[in-house]
Amino acid sequence: MRKGTLRQILLITDGCSNQGEDPIAMAALAKEQGITVNVIGVLDQDIIDEQGLREIEGIAQSGGGISQVVYAKQLSQTVQMVTRKAMTQTLQGVINRELKQILGSHASIEHLSPEKRVEVMEVVEELGETVNLQVLILVDTSGSMKTKLQTVKEALLDLSISLNARLGNNEFSVFVFPGKKGEVDRILDWTPKMESISSVFPKLTSGGITPTGPAIREAVQQFQKRRSLKGLFTHDGDDDVYIEQSM
Amino acid sequence: MTVMTMYTSNNLCNIRTGTVIQGKWHKRHYEIIKPLGKGANGVVYLAKEGRAFVALKISNEATTMMSEVNVLKRFSEVQGITLGPCLLDVDDWLHPHEKKIYSFYVMEYIEGDDLLTFIQKRGKEWIIVIILQLLGDLHKLHEKGWVFGDLKPDNLIVSGAVPKVRLIDVGGTTIRGRAIKEFTEFFDRGYWGMGTRKAEPSYDLFAVAMIMMNMCYPKRFERKENGREQLRLMISSHPYLKKYEKILWRALDGKYTCAHEMRKDLLQCMQQPTEQKEKREGRTVRVKGKKKFRLLETMFLFVCLLFMYVVYLYVQIL
Repeated sequence: MRKGTLRQILLITDGCSNQGEDPIAMAALAKEQGITVNVIGVLDQDIIDEQGLREIEGIAQSGGGISQVVYAKQLSQTVQMVTRKAMTQTLQGVINRELKQILGSHASIEHLSPEKRVEVMEVVEELGETVNLQVLILVDTSGSMKTKLQTVKEALLDLSISLNARLGNNEFSVFVFPGKKGEVDRILDWTPKMESISSVFPKLTSGGITPTGPAIREAVQQFQKRRSLKGLFTHDGDDDVYIEQSM
Repeated sequence: MTVMTMYTSNNLCNIRTGTVIQGKWHKRHYEIIKPLGKGANGVVYLAKEGRAFVALKISNEATTMMSEVNVLKRFSEVQGITLGPCLLDVDDWLHPHEKKIYSFYVMEYIEGDDLLTFIQKRGKEWIIVIILQLLGDLHKLHEKGWVFGDLKPDNLIVSGAVPKVRLIDVGGTTIRGRAIKEFTEFFDRGYWGMGTRKAEPSYDLFAVAMIMMNMCYPKRFERKENGREQLRLMISSHPYLKKYEKILWRALDGKYTCAHEMRKDLLQCMQQPTEQKEKREGRTVRVKGKKKFRLLETMFLFVCLLFMYVVYLYVQIL
């Protein structure tokens, strides 16, 4: 099988958006373009409000990804778990699609006997280990997130430790919203190493608004820009195969 | 695709005693007795098939279950070595009320205490015995091209009349050279900033060192700013760990490339008559400090006499 690339957006937030487009619609848009959106809701001691919770689940659902609400302390473990599981889910989706092509529209992994399923999972695992991965991380820095930023930074460093142990290549980019002037600011350009965020994170200021929708829209555009730039420099487009998950 | 729930659904945690689980494919019956434990990926129950006791793991995450089955299968292919529990059956169960299909697998039931409980019951002298057994097993596992990954006291059961350690939860077991699948922070070298999460023997050996730490600090502890320095303090301030300090550091720093090396060093360290050596060292120190000691002795006697005299005077005046 050709070596492909998985593209994910990882949104880390603690509540509801209050400006710009509907984030759930923006996540659906991302999915249409083959980008998975995962969401992690970070709690303090307090309980997240119903509306915020619904939005977190909604974004992940329409973005074809996974959502999880956790206390700040569990963030490191959750971030890497969500990313890995979303990878497996996407790859499984791809395999399912192939199975349907071979065995007809009713076939899916769930319908295979356990023995066969084990074999299929071995392939999924193999792919998960070798596939290239691009993760764009969107961090909510509005008001109440301020106290959690240190934990977020640690969780992201931890994520790069986990993913860089894989055989496949990784690239990370980090954006925060709201930005200093606009809705979103880039604080880390695509890089396989996450260490450099250590210097940027303490300087972040937090704003009052939460433009989650525009942030996702901007993230999708970043992926597209990157794609076209790559196309300019490497003339054969076959080099980069993006793996997309179908319903 | 739908949102996946990371944690096992409540229905799976509360399967009632007496419920019979019948496999959809192989039609074998299992009667649930009681829950044995709950992990991030599923619940393990004690169950009965006919008269035999078995352990049955059920989960709503078919994906992770299948990769665990893969590992168990490989384990049972290795004959003559009892590493993990034997795999007995893999199947699906249609939940009668939910009308939903859950995957489950059945394995040999290993009866015994987890490592921490065992040491608390039987005493500290067992720590080294278990660690040596464990290193022997790990060596075999590594030679077969695997790394255990999520090594911690909770995943080690000591069983049998002649106590023998067994590895139970294989959820973290990873092919050598890949990325560790599952880990627990305290036992993970990545968490302590002391290495990668690549599946290599040294990853497991780091965890072995941390298991020894955990035996001496049963409550575990959280990482502070400088993890390495913190570990150094914890080791040097505990008499049991201090004895194995050098070996622990070699393991923590990833200097051992194979479990046998660490095992050999531990055996050697045990055979060294450490106490006698300490005594001898103590004696030489005393010889050197003899003059100083005499002076101290004289002063001490003088102070004592003075004190007694004061007391005598005091009593006389009264």
